[in-house]
Amino acid sequence: MIRISFAAVLLASAAPALAETHTVSPGDGAQERLQEALILAEPGDTIMLEAGRYTLTDGLSLDVEGVTIRGAGMDGTVLDFTTQEGSGEGLLVTSDNVTLRDFALENPKGDGIKSKGADNIVYYRVRVTWTNGPDPSNGAYAIYPVESTGVLVDGVKVTGASDAGIYVGQSNRITVRNSIAEANVAGIEIENSRNALVEHNIATRNTGGILVFDLPGLPVMGGGNVVIANNLVVANDTANFAPPGNIVAGVRRGTGIMVMANESVLIEDNIIDENPTAPIMVIAFTQQFEDERYNPLARNIVIGENLYGRGGDDPQLEGAEMLMAAFGGSLPPVMWDGLGSLYAVADTAGWTLNLPEPGKGVAGASPAPLSVPEPDGEFDRSGIGAPPELEERI
Amino acid sequence: MRFAALLLACGAVALGGTMAEARLVAPEVSDLAITQDGFPRTLDEYGFFIHADVQIPTADVMPYELNTPLYSDGADKLRFIYVPDGETIKANADGLLQFPVGSAIIKTFAFGEGSDRRLIETRVLLNRADGWLALPYRWNEEQTEARLALAGGRIPIITPAGEEISYRIPNKNQCKACHSLDDAVLPIGPKARNLAPELLELLSEQGKLDAVPDVSRPMPRWSDANAAKEPLARAYLDVNCAHCHRPGGGASNSGLDLRWEQDAPFARGVNKPPVAAGRGAGGLLVSIEPGDPDASILVHRMNSNEPGVAMPELGRSTIDEEAVALMRDWIAEMGN
Repeated sequence: MIRISFAAVLLASAAPALAETHTVSPGDGAQERLQEALILAEPGDTIMLEAGRYTLTDGLSLDVEGVTIRGAGMDGTVLDFTTQEGSGEGLLVTSDNVTLRDFALENPKGDGIKSKGADNIVYYRVRVTWTNGPDPSNGAYAIYPVESTGVLVDGVKVTGASDAGIYVGQSNRITVRNSIAEANVAGIEIENSRNALVEHNIATRNTGGILVFDLPGLPVMGGGNVVIANNLVVANDTANFAPPGNIVAGVRRGTGIMVMANESVLIEDNIIDENPTAPIMVIAFTQQFEDERYNPLARNIVIGENLYGRGGDDPQLEGAEMLMAAFGGSLPPVMWDGLGSLYAVADTAGWTLNLPEPGKGVAGASPAPLSVPEPDGEFDRSGIGAPPELEERI
Repeated sequence: MRFAALLLACGAVALGGTMAEARLVAPEVSDLAITQDGFPRTLDEYGFFIHADVQIPTADVMPYELNTPLYSDGADKLRFIYVPDGETIKANADGLLQFPVGSAIIKTFAFGEGSDRRLIETRVLLNRADGWLALPYRWNEEQTEARLALAGGRIPIITPAGEEISYRIPNKNQCKACHSLDDAVLPIGPKARNLAPELLELLSEQGKLDAVPDVSRPMPRWSDANAAKEPLARAYLDVNCAHCHRPGGGASNSGLDLRWEQDAPFARGVNKPPVAAGRGAGGLLVSIEPGDPDASILVHRMNSNEPGVAMPELGRSTIDEEAVALMRDWIAEMGN
């Protein structure tokens, strides 16, 4: 019986029967030995990184399908890029069905781990840390899957990114969960992506906790169908340290969850505390654009039940003093610019700028308490999140 | 001039003793080394050169040059193509030549002048039945052999500009980082628009090219002091940047398209905000601010050597000062 089911598992497995494990250890020549293992791996193989600190001078890259890179834990195996001399990221993955697990990157000069056009990728218990904390000279993104279908990020920890800790861009079928994003400009950012589930994460001490954006002028457009649920979004109070010019350089210190120019986003069952500008912010894209495919408004955004603690008590907004006085000392949890369409469960405390049109600044604003309809029916969650088969790899 | 120097060097080798004599037996290119599975361990196995150490190719291997080449820290680059007997390259208007299976493109990087010249690495692109394969070979100290360097490596070099650098030999994957379009490995250099008409004619006469393509917009020669700034800058960006910054390329997600044939100014970076540039943006708001090079991210990134800021990300450790000056002039000129 046992034998039969074991055989069945083998038959069901997509990996070739002769999948091998290649063990790499730290020490002299680690750069060449590790890179050579990544190049010579065959589909289905595992690259096992023994515990220790690997001193690396150049970016690593993987371009073989179905490979697992596995370390001895995200504090046990550390790829140290402090003396990196070249490449735009620590590790670049360009092949499908890759699993990255149980190791860490420290101080990559550019991005941490970028996976581009790498479908069905799993990031599991991976850590990317810029060890000097928030600093504009840190790299931009820690975990950076882009232009991919099927992304599962689980149990990762990211600290110090000068743009976004976990950034998923121009992708589809995404889950980001059980992860910690601390002291980045943006903790977790979902951009120009569809069908994303962001749940059970901790976003703290970032400038902004969780961001859902759609931007114009990119190859993949039309972000939407995003669920942000059961996250702890607490004390995102680090001053914005993004180099000017980046889109997140405009994020106000103390933003909990922010939705900009996206459609069908559900925010519910989160604990949102100590975010001094706004626990939740829903706004339109305000800059000029020429892209005819682009809709700058936030549409069909749904605010469900959330637990709101303190917040909106030190907002980095124009006229903050007057606004706080008008709302009785601090701003209510949900801030909306009044454009597009927003729904909120009954008794959601919020306020609106009541802007008459997008892209004209706050000149025509007439702030008022939030009054929006309740959600009309169930939020459509079909197809949201990473494909279930990715679960089998963790 | 260069060819004369090579002949002299060749003569020196011929007089150098029995080893050299033995190697004067002209090898033939090994079609098998190019086409069969696996990675030949040394450059010799291909038989591309009569005297590899002085880069004298066998009769079937043709040297060529590009109008505007890719910058590689000022390295001298020796380029060759090989097309198997009886096969023909197909011309594709202005674009990339279509090489038959079994072809090879060979590029040797060297630093130093005359007898001080040292070969550093030779990169080969092999067109196999299942697509192109890119492999780097590293020359030894004695300059007698180039061995496969799958994982790449670093070598201390003094550039022609006198800078001491840690020169990077790319690993096999890094070859692909530039030579990749929609996940397939492709040559990037030999586009008809970037080749001398004389070479195209010669290849055609030899029966190696199906027809001399009617190139509508040839690229200017980089060395042409009289060339207008715009085509020169655009050619430089096409050659040095557009293998990534194009649809299907490694940097496609940036939306920046620096190809020669891209005519929309926004896609080329004019008034275009960055997307995922991070600190690479250097606090600037757009890739190209017409009339203001100092406010243009493109100039900022070309003018940096810092990983995470420097562009291109791979393939250079020094700033191409000449190119930065050209970009500055071109962008300044746009403001008029």
